[in-house]
Amino acid sequence: MPAITNNGIETWRLRTSKEQWIRWVCWLIGLAVIMYAWQMISEKTVWFFVTDAPTQAADIGSRMVPPKWSYMDKLWKPVWDTINIATIGTIIAMVIAVPVAFATARNTTPNIVVRTIGLFIIVSSRSVNSLIWALILVFILGPGVLAGTIAIGLRSIGFCAKLIYESIEEIDHTQVEAIEATGASGPQKMIFGILPQVLPTIAGVGIYRWDINIRESTILGLVGAGGIGLQLNGSLNTLAWTQVSLILIVILITVFISEWVSAKVRGAII
Amino acid sequence: MLQLAELTKKYNTGELALKGVTLEIPKGQVLALIGPSGAGKSTLIRCVNRLVQPTSGSVVLKGTELTKLSSSALRKARRRMGMIFQEYALVERLTVMENVLSGRLGYVGFWRSYFRKFPRADIQEAYRLLDRVGLKHMADKRADELSGGQRQRVGICRALIQNPDLLLVDEPTASLDPKTSRQIMRLIQELCSERGLTAIINIHDVFLAQMFSQRVVGLELGSVVYDGKPDGLTPEVLTRIYGEEDWSATIKSTDEDDDDEEEF
Amino acid sequence: MTDSSETGSYPSSWKKAPFIKNSFVRWLIIVGGAIYLAAALGTMNIDLERVKEGLPRAQRFLDSFFPPNFSDNRGVLWEGIAESIWMAIISTVAGIALSIPIGLGAARNLAPAWVYLFCRGVIAASRTFPEIILAIFAVKLFGFGPFAGFIALSLGTIGFYAKLLAEDIENSSASQAEAVKATGANWFQWINYSIQPQVMPRMIGLSIYRLDINFRESAVVGIVGGGGIGATLNTSFSRYEFDTAAAILIIIILIVMSMEYTSSFFRKWVQ
Repeated sequence: MPAITNNGIETWRLRTSKEQWIRWVCWLIGLAVIMYAWQMISEKTVWFFVTDAPTQAADIGSRMVPPKWSYMDKLWKPVWDTINIATIGTIIAMVIAVPVAFATARNTTPNIVVRTIGLFIIVSSRSVNSLIWALILVFILGPGVLAGTIAIGLRSIGFCAKLIYESIEEIDHTQVEAIEATGASGPQKMIFGILPQVLPTIAGVGIYRWDINIRESTILGLVGAGGIGLQLNGSLNTLAWTQVSLILIVILITVFISEWVSAKVRGAII
Repeated sequence: MLQLAELTKKYNTGELALKGVTLEIPKGQVLALIGPSGAGKSTLIRCVNRLVQPTSGSVVLKGTELTKLSSSALRKARRRMGMIFQEYALVERLTVMENVLSGRLGYVGFWRSYFRKFPRADIQEAYRLLDRVGLKHMADKRADELSGGQRQRVGICRALIQNPDLLLVDEPTASLDPKTSRQIMRLIQELCSERGLTAIINIHDVFLAQMFSQRVVGLELGSVVYDGKPDGLTPEVLTRIYGEEDWSATIKSTDEDDDDEEEF
Repeated sequence: MTDSSETGSYPSSWKKAPFIKNSFVRWLIIVGGAIYLAAALGTMNIDLERVKEGLPRAQRFLDSFFPPNFSDNRGVLWEGIAESIWMAIISTVAGIALSIPIGLGAARNLAPAWVYLFCRGVIAASRTFPEIILAIFAVKLFGFGPFAGFIALSLGTIGFYAKLLAEDIENSSASQAEAVKATGANWFQWINYSIQPQVMPRMIGLSIYRLDINFRESAVVGIVGGGGIGATLNTSFSRYEFDTAAAILIIIILIVMSMEYTSSFFRKWVQ
């Protein structure tokens, strides 16, 4: 846009000088924020530990090898628990998320009060990390797999419901109109016109979340909510580094397998 | 059989899509509705089955005033009006058979339709219709595996299985190639005469309108500007409907009809 | 579905073909799934007695939301929040700064094979472990406090941002890149003129999204000693100060909500 005449010579510049100024000011503010943030963080940092970190890392690293393979015998059950927490948690979440999604989508729920309640459920479930949910539930239900499962479920409701309700709002409306034109009732419109269009999304979201949940359920044990995180926490506290490295390897493999499974299943469904 | 009186539609945006349209359509008549885009053709036929709520005026089908019906009575009335859509509007992830059977939804209860347990007579009728349009072997294919012309045939079956008195057809050929367009229009025309159906067909292709209808109504900015025989569409009339353009090449006399199938 | 079209009578029954065509596989999945669910639920040790005992505690916890205690007796609440926010900002900036070279290296259409494999390896490693586990190690190495959280979140950001950046570059238009290359541009000019304009809008959106995630995560790295509001939350739990915990949860939800709102607004504005 700006062909600027300077002393009678026409030159081209990408931005006008006003735009250029605004950009500089934005950069300056950004930089100031970052500097201030860094200041705040470094004030609370003991720099001796930081400079010492490489030695520490080398030390811990050397203590971690070789992994204590025999400890595997005690890990099968926690791995099994971890997978169960993720799977059952996801199932619980989906059972609740689908109706919540339909109650939140603009085109299936004209009632604004119902929609606001749906949005509230989604937001509060999404904002609280599963580890915090687990912290709360361990206090209420006592430590164990049940608290972890419910924590995963509660955290996943919002995530799944959000993705599903967005896809409900994006459906092709003429297909629904065509069903309506045949004289179908409201519920029939839902199962013939809307559900077939969002079913692939629902399945996809469920599997996607299951994959994430496997990852998340590996750490719930840190607050006592069951799964392999319990062993990780125990091994860390007793400084049993060879066990820690084995657990990390097991987590790595579990996550890889779950990623592979979810990719396969999603490919088969969609 | 169908009377529209002073039918008016004003959208929330303030746009006046229909300005007091009055039409009387006798039983068995196939009426083509032509006009430029935005003339209110789609709105008009959607006002008949109230997919769009008319602002004022009346729609009377076989003596029933449709604009005043309660929602359950409206559902009953809709069962007698089949609709065929521009982009087929099949539920793409359902099978052909389910799409056809969805035309019977107004007659079966929720759980029966949920478990796809339609009455035997409906299923027989569905097969018969699919056979009629040449798609019986496709019954278990998913709708999104079909070509455009095939999809529109399924759309026709869905409308006909309702056993309608009136067929509302919204731009049936808009996304089809010229040859398929003619085949689809011919199919609709044949089925209407077989069953003595009344039909309103929105169509932007003047030539097809002339070929396959008994009466043409021209709509411009929500008002009827032409109502008469297909061969009455002179350049002057078309200019009134669509605006100034050289129309001489568009107009054909209707008796050349079927011989020029491959001309396009 | 028998073919009876010539006789003029049509089949009067029809069943939808099942989703999984092979009936053996179908039953295997159904039965296998049922057995798995039974086994999973069976080994979960659901103790109804304990759940019943928990109900009054749940009641107590819920009661503490009415009203929550924002008074902040020990002066740690607002400090924790501020620490979380600074931590989120700085780790997003650092994480993205590291992600850009790694993302460029992990794009198959830009990088030579060995660079590609190395960068993909870094991304995979950072993606596999949750931020919490990274935080545990960071705390072991750098001591308690926000610095450990900062390191953990920065590393977590790499796995997320570099991966998406690489994918975006791989999906960018090859013809635009070719056209710029054809002008005789050097590597940096080439990236600057052909790749950057294509990926920039989405990447700005994603960085705001990541800031949002990092704030959420900063609320939990504190549980393992990584500083921020999570530490405050954990202490208030272990001290049974539920009204303070309730206040913290409400603040977290409010901040996350407002961030989500601004981030979606920003993303619309950028595109």
